[in-house]
Amino acid sequence: MTDDTQPVKIKVRSLSKVFGSNPKKGLELRDQGLKRPEIFEKTGLTLGLSDINFDVHEGELLVIMGLSGSGKSTLIRCLNRLIEPTEGEIVIDDEDIPKLNDKELLECRRRHFSMVFQNFALFPHRTVQQNAEYGLEIRGVDKAERSEKARNSLKQVGLDGWENAYPNQLSGGMQQRVGLARALANDSSVLLMDEAFSALDPLIRKDMQQELLELQHRMKKTTVFITHDLDEALNIGDRIILLKDGEIVQIGTPEQILTQPADEYVERFIEGVDMSRILTARNAMRPVRATAREDDGPRTALRKMSENGLDSIYVTSRDRKLLGLVEADAADQASKEGKQDLTSVWHQDFACVGPDEPLHNLFAMFSDKGFPIAVVDEERRLLGVVVKGAVLAELAESGEN
Amino acid sequence: MEFPRIPLGQWIEGGLGYLTSEYSLITRGISRVTQTGISGLNDGLMWLPEWALMAIIALISWKLAGTRLAIGSAIGLAFIWNLGLWDPMIESLTLVVIATLVAVTIAIPVGIAAALSERLYRMLMPVLDFMQTMPAFVYLIPAIPFFGIGSVSAIFATVIFSMPPAIRFTTLGIRQVPIELIEAADAFGSTRRQKLLKVQLPLSLPTVMAGINQTIMLALSMVVIAAMIGADGLGNEVWRAIQRLRPGDGFEAGIAVVILAMILDRLTQALRKQRN
Repeated sequence: MTDDTQPVKIKVRSLSKVFGSNPKKGLELRDQGLKRPEIFEKTGLTLGLSDINFDVHEGELLVIMGLSGSGKSTLIRCLNRLIEPTEGEIVIDDEDIPKLNDKELLECRRRHFSMVFQNFALFPHRTVQQNAEYGLEIRGVDKAERSEKARNSLKQVGLDGWENAYPNQLSGGMQQRVGLARALANDSSVLLMDEAFSALDPLIRKDMQQELLELQHRMKKTTVFITHDLDEALNIGDRIILLKDGEIVQIGTPEQILTQPADEYVERFIEGVDMSRILTARNAMRPVRATAREDDGPRTALRKMSENGLDSIYVTSRDRKLLGLVEADAADQASKEGKQDLTSVWHQDFACVGPDEPLHNLFAMFSDKGFPIAVVDEERRLLGVVVKGAVLAELAESGEN
Repeated sequence: MEFPRIPLGQWIEGGLGYLTSEYSLITRGISRVTQTGISGLNDGLMWLPEWALMAIIALISWKLAGTRLAIGSAIGLAFIWNLGLWDPMIESLTLVVIATLVAVTIAIPVGIAAALSERLYRMLMPVLDFMQTMPAFVYLIPAIPFFGIGSVSAIFATVIFSMPPAIRFTTLGIRQVPIELIEAADAFGSTRRQKLLKVQLPLSLPTVMAGINQTIMLALSMVVIAAMIGADGLGNEVWRAIQRLRPGDGFEAGIAVVILAMILDRLTQALRKQRN
């Protein structure tokens, strides 16, 4: 999903940040063509960001990816001015953020930005519920309304029932859900996520990425996500900005980054791209979360989908042979028409490959509707499914090793 | 050529003399108010029968820290009563409570201000060092021209001597609130006031309580010393024992001070842990 067609939400133009006293001097040297290390040597100033230009589109998930020291944390903090930019424009809904006075800035932060932090940054003296309410509380929203909204957003992230717990009673994954709920409750127009999943262990991180994608799909929230992890960037990003030494190296969709790396630096990142000829569907395959049985009715199929957060489900026979795919809309329709079985509802309009299919062939097979590709053995028994993000992630991972 | 001696002492005396004569109205006002406070609290505590006060303190101890402290403080107080040191103990307690209240009332706002302003912090730290390292007796001397001999002077000296830890700990508590939490508060658009009241202060409370605990301990030690300028209480008993060379009396009063200190210390520590 590349949302170039969507309106621009945030416009960033020639944004630069120099750390140290007399930052203008640093910019002058930069304009004379000096690079970051030379500027530091001459003046002791650190060129954190240099001439950054990009747009964030309405409803997209934009990933800013770079290694430590690349300036990604600085960049995200410039957006809501937790760090003051040295020069440049950051325009959100006709407001140029660097030009706002203190009061306008406060208002802008409240209305536009919610932030999720790497180490969660939950308030330890507040309950989960009170944490989720924080943004609304400081805006003076009345008790009943903010309690309701916070409860809702906690529900969204699957934390209902934990309202009265304190953060230190929760696991890392759950704490970050609270962080996410705190940001969502605020109902701001942009979600800033600063290495939000980096402190979580790999399995939980994958889950959280998946959940973020689902949330994002549901809510269409404009999101800027910072990470140092290419795997993560490829997995969740609609578009990715690659940052190096405070400069943008490439902006593109995950496919563009993988297939048309802008320079050697990007190439080094994604050296695994050739691996796609060796890697097969088996590598990227995930177990099927739920299947419908051939004798299930439309209602059962619907329930299985909603329980697992799917919008389509594969139907298998008793011996796990793949029969077809049912979409939620069709099942809903059938259920309303009072049909008792799925036979007339499922269709064959999806890609189906063997486990040894090379990964690079899979790119072309993803349908517009985003059905996962089914992986079956010779007897058409369903082994697993491949989703688009997983292909990219697998490529990225093998590239790193 | 000989370098003349710097007349530091004269300057200080001149300064103090000026303050005493120019601001006598204020000092007398403070003196009267403080004296009223001391008498009020003292009379109140004296009015209570010994067993009632013991029961109250035991109950508070039980509430905050459990049975052990409750039994301990009841036994300790009963022992003081038995030694016949009940009235001086109450007088000392009164002075400690009032001095601590005054010290904390000044220290917390100052501590907050110093945490938020780097300049004030730098100006304040040497002053605090001065206040803490200056031998405590020295404060007694200017206290007398200001407030006369007696309990008010004792309170004045005690407040100055015992205030620094409360300031320091308040500043420390606020400064050690993790930067991420400050960022989080800022990112959601908190005003400075909201940030202070909803994030910084609640998170620094355990540290502030540790500071108050220190202040109480210092106040108690100073209140004893302040017997030299006519403060009532256990210190006075010790002072009398010294003058009459009666080690037995001295130790009895000394032990009463230790018991009082332990009760106050355990109580405030329990309060702090509860906050955690």
